[in-house]
Amino acid sequence: MIHLDVPKKLKPLLEQAHAVGRFALRPISRKYDLAEHTYPKELDMLAAMINGANDAGAGASASQLSREDKAPDNGEPKKNKNGGNLATVLGMMELCWGDVGLALTIPRQGLGNAALSAVGTPEQKEEFGKRWISMAISEPGAGSDSAAIRTHARLDGDEWVINGEKIFVTAGERSEAVVVWATLDPSLGRAAIKSFLVPKGTPGMRVVRLDHKLGIRASDTATIAFEDCRVPKGNILGSAEIDTGKSFAGVMKTFDNTRPVVAAMACGVARAALERAREILARARPASADGRSPWLGSHVETELARMEAELDVARLLTLKAAWMADNRIPNSLEASMAKAKAGRTVTELTLRCVELCGAAGYDETELLEKWARDAKILDIFEGTQQIQMLVVARRVLGKTSAELR
Amino acid sequence: MDRRPGLRIDRLTGASLWALTRLGGSALAARLGLGRPLEKVVYEGVRVGAHAIRAGREAANGAPSGDARRLSSAKTPALFDLAPTEEQALVVDAMRRFADEVLRPAARAADDQASPPEAVLAQGHALGLAALAVPEALGGAAGERSSVTNVLIAEELARGDMGLATALLAPVAVVSAIVAWGTAHQQARLLPAFVGDALYPAALALLEPQPLFDPLRLRAGAARSADGGWALWGEKALVPLASMARTFLVAADVRGLGARLFVVDRDAPGLSIQPEPSMGLRGAALGRLSLKDVRVSDDDVLGGTGTQTDFDFGQLVDRCRIAWGAMAVGAAKAVLDYVIPYCNERVAFGEPISNKQSVAFLIADIAIELEGMRLLVLRAASRSDLGHDVGREAAIARLQCANKGMKIGSDGVQLLGGHGFVKEHPVERWYRDLRAIGVVEGALMA
Repeated sequence: MIHLDVPKKLKPLLEQAHAVGRFALRPISRKYDLAEHTYPKELDMLAAMINGANDAGAGASASQLSREDKAPDNGEPKKNKNGGNLATVLGMMELCWGDVGLALTIPRQGLGNAALSAVGTPEQKEEFGKRWISMAISEPGAGSDSAAIRTHARLDGDEWVINGEKIFVTAGERSEAVVVWATLDPSLGRAAIKSFLVPKGTPGMRVVRLDHKLGIRASDTATIAFEDCRVPKGNILGSAEIDTGKSFAGVMKTFDNTRPVVAAMACGVARAALERAREILARARPASADGRSPWLGSHVETELARMEAELDVARLLTLKAAWMADNRIPNSLEASMAKAKAGRTVTELTLRCVELCGAAGYDETELLEKWARDAKILDIFEGTQQIQMLVVARRVLGKTSAELR
Repeated sequence: MDRRPGLRIDRLTGASLWALTRLGGSALAARLGLGRPLEKVVYEGVRVGAHAIRAGREAANGAPSGDARRLSSAKTPALFDLAPTEEQALVVDAMRRFADEVLRPAARAADDQASPPEAVLAQGHALGLAALAVPEALGGAAGERSSVTNVLIAEELARGDMGLATALLAPVAVVSAIVAWGTAHQQARLLPAFVGDALYPAALALLEPQPLFDPLRLRAGAARSADGGWALWGEKALVPLASMARTFLVAADVRGLGARLFVVDRDAPGLSIQPEPSMGLRGAALGRLSLKDVRVSDDDVLGGTGTQTDFDFGQLVDRCRIAWGAMAVGAAKAVLDYVIPYCNERVAFGEPISNKQSVAFLIADIAIELEGMRLLVLRAASRSDLGHDVGREAAIARLQCANKGMKIGSDGVQLLGGHGFVKEHPVERWYRDLRAIGVVEGALMA
């Protein structure tokens, strides 16, 4: 039956994640926003708890965003599933309601972990599965155009030799390993792009600097240089054959799964701002009695209702994309819809909440101004708004990337 | 009775039977892998359906006793789910074809003439729209309460044409209201007319002419008259099928009791009806009702006047808003489906205009916001089916559909440039129709 509420069985998970957001993250939100680059040691205990739960199969995490069909297809009609993808986005909404910067810096919840889960071999998962893995894609000259990266990998005997510079690596300093995107042959475009697992401490890999940022300051954002960095042959994620369409697409598929997660982060932050703004404004001026027609109330009431509607849309689009992933329905379009909508909604909404709350919104006594700063990146990383719109537009219009750029 | 495995007449519920009798043989047969046995099944289906209708009428003509028949609430599912049931898929398919083959071709003329063609109304009735809202026990095809199914139906019909969809679904709203809140006596008295051979035109009148209309602050009112009945006064606006409806359900406020629905015959002295030609929904033959001391009896108050009534005005408002949300989704889908091929074929500066980001992104936005609207409407409908109070969800759906639905209508015209502005293309009609969202309250129910 068509049903869009959070399933009962996931409520305990949500409550737990919300409790983490409220009691573990919120109390230290402002502290690590001010003390950028100080490691949030309070998270170590939290990480132990979260990762313990995940290893026992009881939680929701980056490693559960898998698309492999474990159950054999015996021809029976497929049963509806609410699995790891849905659980993860719901949990992430709550964690980021707490603090998105801190949520990005929970050990072992890196983008690299998601990639390993999506395309790693069983041996690689065995060796790297319990480490915190970040993802290094962007370069000074290549952000959205990830096919144009210049970091280069060549095979020398039993080792890959990697050279290049990566920027904007989330958890680049704190992680225990990095998944690095590199090209085997720049002239062959995306077909030649592979990713490599590089453990920290490998000679030739060096964290050059950490960026000072507008928001998500609790998360470390690193520039990493690779200078003749050597890793074993088996550290390449996926096949080493240069194969048009396959392996780039394979790692891009990771993003089909992580886009809804980023959308979920945005929903969490937006909800935090909307809830707090409502509380502040209710004290300033109580709402009218009529809940059914908020557009007939004060301007503020109408505005809050409008923002609530936008937030609900972002949330439902995110849940839909995750539900499709759980049910093995191709969801590239829906994942991009969710991220596009959530990304722009969180920015508009958080900024408006600051505005509506005046000085209380703008100064540092509340967290509203912080959320408005944190929000902005959510419309940029893991595929900007404009890239998501290209994906959506191409799918809806049936265009190739050559036709619609 | 067919003995082949797979399709057993006694396992099919009302809606499946309905679907079988109306879908026609070959397409369904192909889908179900049946051959000749289908004819027998269809025959049995029709026979059973007709028998049920007869039984319902017989029950109605006898002394009505016992409780009113309500549609049962659904049980809360264990999981988040977006897949329609098989029955819903069949119903949607039939509606889609009706919308494409009948509604869309008739839309322009209906809009020009500001009235729905007789043939379209008759075909819609033959489709069994009213029967789908009447419980099986009363001769219809409905089992569980399903606002979701009503949403899916409204989406498809509105995609064909919003004005004609309004005309077709207006009487169904009256049926739904009587099923949801009527007393046993009212159900027996009023429902049989709707499941007869011909369409019984009727409409639910809630909206009033004043700006900033608030359904919780009706100006239309009713008070006890000296003879023990009721006297009604007030004005109702944008009432579908006003010129032909035989029965109206009019919302009026009773001091001390709140807003109630009153059954009013079109011939009632004191009731005057004027056409109300409007910006859109013209195929629904909208009209203005004016009530001056219209007299009705106690039995014309839907749900009765006692404290034991099932009537819930808030729920009425919510279910109407959900229906209009579904209509907005359907019309917006029509826009999206139209602009994609148009912009892919229209050449300017040496290539299709959809190769330009400004055009492509406008279309992508339509797709995104349409999906958002749809999910909000389905969420409200689903929660309503589970028995929750959906005041908030319905208001949010209405708000979003009004804002985004109208933008989609406007962008639809914009994407066709000057061609969007002329009546040669339907986008200008959808622009006019979509403005109804955010204006109309009442009239349709999900």
